[in-house]
Amino acid sequence: MTQLVLFNVFNGLVIGAFYALMALGLSLIINLTNVINFAHGGFLALGAYFAYTLEPYVGFWGALIISPFFAALVGLIVERILIRPLYNRDPLYSLLLTFGLAFVLQDSVRYIWGAQGLPLKVPSALQSSLSPTLFFLTGYRVFMVVLVAVTVAVLFTILKKTRLGMRIRAGTLDLEMVSALGVDVRILRNLNFGLGIFFAGLAGVLAAGMLGLTPTIGDGLIMPSFVAVIVGGLGSLVGTLFGGILIGVATGVVTVFFPSASEAAIYVMMALVLLIRPHGLFGEEGGTKL
Amino acid sequence: MNTLFDFKNSTSTVVVWAILLTMPLWIGHVDGYTDLGTRVLVIGLAAMATNLLVGHSGIMAFGHAAYFGLGAYGTGLFIKYVMPSTPLGFIVGVLAGTLGGAIVGYLLAKLRGIYFALATIAFGQVFYFIAFRWNSVTGGDNGLTFQRQPIHLGFTDLSLSSGVTYYYLALAVFAICTAAMAIILRSPFGHTLLAMRENERRARFLSIPVNRHLWIAYTISCMFAAVAGSLYGMLNNFVSPHDLHWTQSGDFVLMAVIGGMRSFWGPLLGAAIFVALQDYLSSLTDNWMFFIGVIFVLVVLFIPRGFVGLLQRKTS
Repeated sequence: MTQLVLFNVFNGLVIGAFYALMALGLSLIINLTNVINFAHGGFLALGAYFAYTLEPYVGFWGALIISPFFAALVGLIVERILIRPLYNRDPLYSLLLTFGLAFVLQDSVRYIWGAQGLPLKVPSALQSSLSPTLFFLTGYRVFMVVLVAVTVAVLFTILKKTRLGMRIRAGTLDLEMVSALGVDVRILRNLNFGLGIFFAGLAGVLAAGMLGLTPTIGDGLIMPSFVAVIVGGLGSLVGTLFGGILIGVATGVVTVFFPSASEAAIYVMMALVLLIRPHGLFGEEGGTKL
Repeated sequence: MNTLFDFKNSTSTVVVWAILLTMPLWIGHVDGYTDLGTRVLVIGLAAMATNLLVGHSGIMAFGHAAYFGLGAYGTGLFIKYVMPSTPLGFIVGVLAGTLGGAIVGYLLAKLRGIYFALATIAFGQVFYFIAFRWNSVTGGDNGLTFQRQPIHLGFTDLSLSSGVTYYYLALAVFAICTAAMAIILRSPFGHTLLAMRENERRARFLSIPVNRHLWIAYTISCMFAAVAGSLYGMLNNFVSPHDLHWTQSGDFVLMAVIGGMRSFWGPLLGAAIFVALQDYLSSLTDNWMFFIGVIFVLVVLFIPRGFVGLLQRKTS
């Protein structure tokens, strides 16, 4: 029993790491630009399939590093051409646009790489179990959690220490003021969008290594990531991170007792959070932009 | 502001009703079929219900497929398992959707803007997962098949087996719903929604209980969505989790935008265009999703005010 619980808690942690990666990207984009990126799951799939295509040439490690950058590049172009004209309009329009983009990305992936599931080759060193009693601690899963932790640490360092990061944080609070101080907001929003998509791409490669590739690979991850953003509260990346891991672990724990209710559980949790703290766990009163 | 209340403009209303009443007569001649007409009507009602919030009240509701689907599932489950009665099944479906909307609306009423939109999306997905997972009752991914029943009127039975009869039944319900929507929008309540859309802070200062109004508006809108869902379920004699999926919610909002969010009949026009295009594209290519996505992008970039908006610009 202990082992079963441990197994599912660890499983939840792995899932939570995915949610957190996805949700951090979403949150970055929402905070600075008020755009809810529905196409995030599509970008995740794009990252995963780029890795599949690159893997024969550069190996798994190369693909892991390069393909998120390719996904981010697509993100930069999409932001520049399609999303930039919408910043001054009602957020409804950017929402609808990314909605359509999600369809376009998913169907393009299906068209290019086919609807059948494909495997992503993972180095054999990562596939073995690390401990004979705790069979579920495969190298890949542990590696994944560690990699996500490192990536998140790097992100927070970038945001705290670099000029770009400081501008992003400042822009989250008051974009107009940042613009008035001579920062080119258009470039800032563009880079920030790319950064968010980078996270989606990375999540895609990692997910592909664990689950294999299908065009709908992002579908199951996008909604819980929205929930993670809501639970954490808008405007707080720490909250988003916490929300992602929290609902991941909660899913794992509920799976032990009611496997079929694991998805419903995260929504119950969201409902409870909104009842008690309408702005999310880390969101501030009035911090949500109207 | 007369653009908003163009249902006062009797010409457009007369034209809409002339088209709707004669639809079964001519739809065959334009490469359509009666059930396609019924689908436009029912989906159009759902789009109008969504637009009650999105267009008329400025509330970003992105989860209306949930209440649409609840209406369909409520009706289907009742007819299949409890009692084979169309009117009772309809009522149960509408109640299910309205109740779902009231519960979610209560949780959402304090939220605003982008946070509100996110929460409607996320909550919309709850019912999808329930329908998808609760295999033994809902049929899971395979969906739920049932059969709409004749209506006993006392003196005679109204058989609904023909598509045309069902079209006119749906049209009668549609008429009642749109009349109710028009009355709501003209009422003091409707005007406070407008006031909240234009300037919520000012509305608050006028001691309008904005959160409660938002909740009520959300519930009413969900009720109309559930009516549409129930009719849609009985039209197909089938419900699948896809009817609850967030992609469906986005379709409703897009239809409102295509037609024109600030107009009363706009969403119906949008639904007609969207449903016809979807029907046509899916018969033409397997990659119809790609083209639907492109339509989303093009509409947002080039006709954000919808076709009604385009027409108004031309005439003014």
